[in-house]
Parts: sequence; structure tokens; C-alpha cells
Amino acid sequence: MYDFEYHKPGSLADAVKLLSADPDARPISGGQTLLPALKHRLNKPTSVVDLSGITELKGIRKEGDKLVIGALAKHFEVATSEVVKAAIPALAQMAGTIGDTQVRNRGTIGGSVANNDPAADYPSAVLGLNATIVTDKRRIAADDFFQGMFTTALEPGELLVAIEFPIPEKAGYAKMRNPASRYVMAGAFVAKTGGTVRVAINGAGPGVFRQTEMETALSTNWSPEAVAGIKQDADGLNSDIHGSAEYRAHLVTVMAKRAIAAAG
Amino acid sequence: MNVVTPFEGIGASVKRKEDLRFLSGRGQYTDDINRPGQTYAAILRSPHAHARIVSIDTAAASAMPGVVAIFTGADMPDLGGIPCGWQIHNKDGTPMAEPMHPVLAVGKARFVGDAVAAVIAETRAQARDAAEAIEVEYEVLPAAATMEAALAPGAPLVHDGVAGNVCYDWHIGDRAVNEAAFAKAAKVVEFELVNNRLVPNAMEPRAAIGDFDRTTDEYTLYTTSQNPHVIRLLMGAFVLHIPEHKLRVVAPDVGGGFGSKIFHYAEEAIVTWAAGKLGRPVKWTAERTESFMTDAHGRDHVTKARLAMDADGKFLALHVQTLANMGAYLSTFATSVPTYLYATLLAGVYTTPTVYAEVKAVFTNTVPVDAYRGAGRPEATFLLERLVDVAAAETGMDRIEIRRRNFIPNDAFPYQTPVALQYDSGDYTATLEQALKTADWAGFEARRAEAKARGRLRGIGISTYIEACGIAPSAVVGSLGARAGLYEVGTIRVHPTGSVTVLTGTHSHGQGHETTLAQLVTDRLGVPLAQVDVVHGDTAKIPFGMGTYGSRSLAVGGSAMVKAMDKIVAKARRIAAHLMEASVEDVEFDRGTFRVAGTDKTKSWGEIALTAYVPHNYPIEELEPGLDETAFYDPKNFTYPGGCHICEVEIEPETGITTVVNFTAVDDVGRVINPMIVEGQVQGGVAQGIGQALLEACVYDNEGQLVSASFMDYQMPRANDLPPVSVATHTTLCTHNPLGVKGCGEVGAIGSPPAVINAVVDALKDYGVRHIEMPATAAKIWGIINASRPAMAAE
Repeated sequence: MYDFEYHKPGSLADAVKLLSADPDARPISGGQTLLPALKHRLNKPTSVVDLSGITELKGIRKEGDKLVIGALAKHFEVATSEVVKAAIPALAQMAGTIGDTQVRNRGTIGGSVANNDPAADYPSAVLGLNATIVTDKRRIAADDFFQGMFTTALEPGELLVAIEFPIPEKAGYAKMRNPASRYVMAGAFVAKTGGTVRVAINGAGPGVFRQTEMETALSTNWSPEAVAGIKQDADGLNSDIHGSAEYRAHLVTVMAKRAIAAAG
Repeated sequence: MNVVTPFEGIGASVKRKEDLRFLSGRGQYTDDINRPGQTYAAILRSPHAHARIVSIDTAAASAMPGVVAIFTGADMPDLGGIPCGWQIHNKDGTPMAEPMHPVLAVGKARFVGDAVAAVIAETRAQARDAAEAIEVEYEVLPAAATMEAALAPGAPLVHDGVAGNVCYDWHIGDRAVNEAAFAKAAKVVEFELVNNRLVPNAMEPRAAIGDFDRTTDEYTLYTTSQNPHVIRLLMGAFVLHIPEHKLRVVAPDVGGGFGSKIFHYAEEAIVTWAAGKLGRPVKWTAERTESFMTDAHGRDHVTKARLAMDADGKFLALHVQTLANMGAYLSTFATSVPTYLYATLLAGVYTTPTVYAEVKAVFTNTVPVDAYRGAGRPEATFLLERLVDVAAAETGMDRIEIRRRNFIPNDAFPYQTPVALQYDSGDYTATLEQALKTADWAGFEARRAEAKARGRLRGIGISTYIEACGIAPSAVVGSLGARAGLYEVGTIRVHPTGSVTVLTGTHSHGQGHETTLAQLVTDRLGVPLAQVDVVHGDTAKIPFGMGTYGSRSLAVGGSAMVKAMDKIVAKARRIAAHLMEASVEDVEFDRGTFRVAGTDKTKSWGEIALTAYVPHNYPIEELEPGLDETAFYDPKNFTYPGGCHICEVEIEPETGITTVVNFTAVDDVGRVINPMIVEGQVQGGVAQGIGQALLEACVYDNEGQLVSASFMDYQMPRANDLPPVSVATHTTLCTHNPLGVKGCGEVGAIGSPPAVINAVVDALKDYGVRHIEMPATAAKIWGIINASRPAMAAE
């Protein structure tokens, strides 16, 4: 890795100041994406701003009909939180399947969502549950937040503070792992919230997206059979040495069926 | 001295002596060693598969902080090329093409990762920074990234002097006899398959430290090697021209090799040579990406085969044509792998009277390919055991019956095959029957039906295999082109109080030699295991040795120890006879006690050892003091482990995911010294075999870029990819070594891949599948299912 300055601000305001002042500074929380990139010399920030000491970014709580998860919540915390398990069990279950034990004890929900890796887990939950992204400046709807591969609505220097999840009546998640990396090859998060159905697909394409045909079908018939005949268009999906776009398209339907079955 | 506890001798599953060191983090690996004044090397590597090096500008890099020196190929005009250890001859008798392999690239870079320059700096980071600052102008050339591309008319030449990129075009067997047999066949089965290229991925990346003492002109190389004496010979004599007495090679604890650490690599020569130039130690440690790009890869064969049978399913003849990828340069034993370690195994466990094999070795713009766990024998086994299943399917014969009908019978040993080898012993029916019983082959159809009710496709596969280990004798391998002897050396050093140090020329990098070899001493001399230490891996301590590969350590290295112990016992009996005033012929020795036959007169091991070193009452006129013997052992033949592996899989049709649900291995590894260690070796080998069959894909693109260059894209088997493996042994003794041992290091990786693929093909039998190439990934299997039944695609 190349040399860089290291900062550990104690407040959100200080962190934002450091990041705003230097476009080549990078925030770090669990480091599960940035650290490997640094080690491979693929990233050369002038400074790294460690967010781990900022209390405003921490905490998991229920606020009325919403579940609020602070950006610094580790995957392990989400997976084992009684609050999450009671409110949105599918989210706790998802968190328990991210990476491995070491990753889950370092990686954070804010880092994962802000990074928007197409093969990450959390973006599908955020989109499928129609969550709201709370930053130090504003509130952003999930539909507006994810803008394709590694791209989000976050502006330079803007920090993700928390994610507010509406509590659904039903939700479920299923994924097929990439055999080598164990990231998501194709995944589906389905949720029925206040009578509205959302289906978010991750892993298969260059970014998380909603499968509207399935949403329509499920609105009138909430069952795996309702989506079994719906074929995801392979056009534009990822294709690599692990699987063709056609395979991923097929897996989208399989995972959607399984997610619905898991949701009950 | 205690009387021996039989539980520590041959056949005892004693816990490994080395594990306290390893499990408590106290292993001393090459990168753990630091020398005073040490510098660090970083290697600048070619980003292109094939490029002319127009210029290298090191001026800016040389001025960077901490840089001690920068070397390129031009700085090493006097160095020899990295040698190949086995010369193969073409069909016409001419020798193979053997192009120069310079330590640092000269003129051209020939694969992505080829070493172009070496930076030596005060710190690792400074060395890397400076390496990035070197300006190399490349003229990128079209690459021959695959064997198909390399053999195409007008293909780019990897080496300008090697026409058609062919290293050799070799054959074995009698073509005319073979063709005549085909002419009489009732049925001929034709088949093509690929043996997929693998990245070895030892847990410990390669590392090397060169050191030089100006006052004595002595060089020391610490390196991650399976055979330090071989490295001393190859590097000292051929590359750096340093005589043996001025070159010490130390291979300390080594974290796995699987063959990839047999070979002499450029980095070893670079750090040793640079240490001499600079008068300072130089350390290089591979990063994982460098391991992917520069450790010699394994396998990579493309094969066409024809099997002739009579009307009863008896094999009449086998004809095999194989293309073997050598990569860009000839690695140390690369040339022997697809010839004498592959084609000589094509008779398998069958009585096929004629085998004719043609092997063309091909240069490509990829990392060199060499021995990887099994080395040639897995390729032969995969071909044969797939071919036999295809033959069964196409003649309507049962898969077991066709094997039974063609087995070499027990009364045929010693059995001369048509491809040079003479098998000494084996009982293929016994291992087959035991495996069928353990795996409940007879009950499989019920399990298949039960799985079908759950929506799963269940299949079962079998392989009955043989391998050849302990490559020898030296005179024979020499006549076949080996440029080294393949004996082994053992020293038994009995100390004055009776404890023993074993010096062995083999090397343990995970196999547990410090335990297994000590058990041989405990068993024979009666010395408790705690008082026997095994020393290996240092040319300054060990008289000589050829190292560890090809499952040879016990069969060859253990046998050398037995010879040395014979000398120890002979001398000790003479000392005992003197002390007990008896004639030598009357002195019996049994595990620690010398006794005058038929009397209660005894001397203990400790008394004799002490007398040897404190010779107050000693036959000094006729016997030297001391009790320290060395023996060289050159085997009379290979050893021939074999056995039967049975694999059961379940496929989830809607995703194509294959799960190995049962795996049974019944292996004949000869006499078993430590059953626990044998079981571990077989399990590890099976894990790698399942990895090859289902998971591991080394992929180069058409430009010669390694696409699967990290664990993000190269799938190593993980614990949850593997089933519980049932391991059993059925022993027939090797007839020509004193221990009766055959070897167990590679059987798992040799026997398992065809068992797995045979099971996958069986599971997919309703889909009209004849063969599926390795690795049988979920995507590939789903593609087959989807193509044959498109209506199921979205189910």
C-alpha cells in the first residue's frame, strides 16, 4: 500500500470537514473493501478518515414503524440484534450470510450501502424495503440512491449516517453465491410493505434493480408460483467466467421464488 | 533406556511431533527468517504475455529513496539459464527443443509475470515503489495463449528458434502392434477430453533469502523448497556457477508444496546472486498475486483416445494422443510429467495388451506448467477411468463388470505392462469389493429414487486406479532422460545416551515426516519416539538428498534409513558381543535389548550407545568408536499404490449446484506406518481432487492475461465444499523395498477426479450427457440441463 495520512475524527462534523477539504481523502469504516484495494495498490488516497469513533453513526433502534440502523452497525450486530430479528427477520438473516465470520465482524452496513458493489447483499434489502438513506445533509429514497455499479447519489464529502427501514408485513431474501468469491451471483429481496410489493435483484446485473414484472405478479398472488414463469431478460446482465448472463437471468427467477418461500 | 512401547512403532497413530510447533505459531518459515543488514527485493514483471523489450530505463527508479540496486537481464551475462532436469527425445530420436530460460528476461517477455527487473531496496515498500518507477518500453507481440493458438499455422513463436512451438513430439509403445489390434476390434470407443489447468496455491507463498559471507566466499540460500539439495545442484552448477562447498541451501518449515516447490525458480537465483554482488542479504517474498502468476501451474492436457474392445468387453488396445502445455519455459521436471509420469500409466489396472501413446509438448505464452500433486498420473487416471465408463455405457455393460473383466488378476504379479512399467503387487479386486461395500453401491438406486423425490439428481461414480511412486532406479530413469539420480539418503546418528537424530534427504512440508520417520526408528531400535528427532531441509546438515515429491519419502527415504539402521544394528551387536563375551552370531537384537541367544544375559540399548562413545571396554582393534551411519538407497523399481474411489453426488437441477454427499476411498498404499497421517494425506488429496473436478478453473484469455489470478475468481475447495471422506486401506506389500511401503501422498488427488465426474455424468444420465469437462461448475451443469430440456429453464 502507498503512504497516506490517517485521521480519526470524534464527530460527524469533523469527519465531513476532513472529507470536504480533500477530494482525494477516503472514509473508512470496516475497511472490507478499501483495505484490500489499498493493499493491492489499486487506490491511492491522500488520507484515510476513520469513522469508527463517531457515535452519531452508531446504534440500532426501532423508531415508531421504522427500524433505524446506524451506518457503523457491523454485519454481525445486525445479524444478532434482537431488535432487527423482531422487526425484519429477513434483514438479520441476510446480514448473517454476508462474507465470513471475519468480514461480518468488521464490515458495516453503511460501508456496504455507500460502496454499492453490484454483488453486495445489503443494497437489495435497502431497495426492496424502500428504505431511506439518511446522510449528514439530507434524506434520500432508495430508488434515487443506487445509480449503477459502485455509484450512488452521495456527493463528495457527504456521509451516510443511518438507514431507515419501513417494517414490512413480509420479507424474504435468497441468493446464489459466486463459487469463488462468495459474493452474490444472483439474489432477490422481496418485501410486502403496507400492501405494496417490491422485488430487488442484486448480483445479476451491473447494479441492484427492481424486477417490476415480478412485483406486479406478486401484488395479486403472493406465492413462488406467481413468479415461476417470469423470465428475467438476460440483456445487460453480467457475464463472466463464473456464469453467463442467461444463467444469471435464470437464477433471478429461482432466487425470487426462494425469497418468497422464505418470506412465507 | 525404556523398553519400546509398541504403540509408537509401525502401525501406531501417534500424534504428530511437529504439530505443537505449528499449532502454537512457532514454525520457522523462510519469511520468518531475517538476516542482519537484510535488503528486500521486488520483481518487476511483464504485464504482457508476449512482448519485445525495447528498452528499460531505471534512472528515475534508481534515485528513489532506499534503493540499493536495480538489475536487469543485461546485468547477468555470465549466468546460465534455469535448467530443465529431464531430456525427452522426439519420435525420430532427436532431442527436444530446450530454449534458454534466463533468470531475468532478455530481449522478450514470454508470459504475464515474466521477471523483467529486480529492485533491491532497504524496505519492501521502497522496493515496490521503485519497481513501479522503472520505465519499460514494450513492443507488444501477438500471444500464443492456448495450445490451439500455439499450434495454428503462422502462430506467434514463443521462442524464435522453436518452430511451431513444439518442444517435443514423443511416443511410447508399438504403433504397428497397436494398429493391428484395432483392426481386429469388435468395438472401438473414441473420446476426447481436457485435463484442466490448475494453480497449486500452497498456503505459504514462495520466498527466498540470499546471504553471502565475504570472509569465506560462502553463499546461503533460504528457500521454500521441497528439495534443497536439488536446488543447490541446479542453481549452483548450472545458473550461478558456485561449487557445492560454498553454497548452503536451507529449506526450513515449508507451508505446503504440492509439487510447486520442487522446481528451481528465478527468484532463488536472483537473491543469491544479488547478495553476492551487494554483500548484503536479500529477501524476496511472493505476494499471493505473484503466486498465481509465477508458481508453476499443473495439468493442462488435451487428449484424444481410442479404446478397442472385443465382443466381451475385454480391452484389446488403447491409442492416446495428448497435447501437453509446457507454458513459456521448461520448468525443472515439466518434460517428464506428460511422458514418463503419464503415458507409462495408461495401462492402468487393466490387462490391455497394447498401448500406444503420442505426446506433443507445446510452448505457450503462459506461466510454466510442471508437476502438481500426482503429476501425470491424475491425467492418465482421469482419461482411463472416464474412458472405461464411456465404454461401459456404449456397450451396455455394467461399470463394475467391465472393470472386473479387465483387471490384472492377482496371480499375474509381477505384471509387465505394454508401457514399460512392471507392477510388483496389488489386489484390485479386494480394494474394489471393499469400496463397493463401504459405499453401499448395491443400495444406490434406492438413494437415487429418494433424492429424486426431493427434486435432486443423484449419481454415483467409481474409479479404480493405479499410480507409480518413488521414481527409480537411477539407471533406468537416466536412460529415459533424467539428469539426476533418484536415490535417497538417510543418516542414523545415535548419541552417547542412546537418543537418535535422523538426518534425511527428504523434506517435510506438511506430510508429517518428523513423526513417521521417527516411528521407523522407534520400531526398529526400540528408542522411544520422544528420543528420536528428524532433521531435514539443510544441505549443511544432511549429507545429501533428492527431496520430497512423487510420494517417495517413505518408500525411498525410509528405505535408506532402514539400510542405515541395518549398519547401526550390525555394529551395535559387535559391541554387545564384546561386552557380554559372546560371539556376534549369538547376539540377538530386538527393539532395544541385546541378548545372548538362549540365555538371560542382556545389554540395553543405552549401555551399547554409551560404550560406543566411551570405549573403555571396547574392541578398539577391530571396531571404530561411535554409532553413526549413513546409507544411500537406490530402489529397484517404482512402487505402485492403487485402489478404488467411489463418489456420490447430488445435483440441484434448477441451479446446477453439485454437492458431494459421500466419498469412499479404499487405497493400497503398502504397509501403513501411521494410519492417522495416511488418512490425513488421503483426505487432503481427495480435497484437491474434488477441487479439480468441481471447482478449480485456471483461465487465460486470448491475450494471455490470467483471468483467474486471485481467490476472488479461482475457487479453492473450502471445508463446506467437501463431504466426510471415508478412508480405508487394504494392504499388499511392496515386494522390493525393505518396509513394504508404497506411498500415500498423491493417491487422493489421483483416484478422485474421475470418480467425481463419473458420478456427475451418472446423475445427468437422463440428459444424454456423455462427458462433462472439469471443473463441472454449477453454471456448466445448468447449461447442460437447460439445453437438453429448455422447458425446465425457469422451473
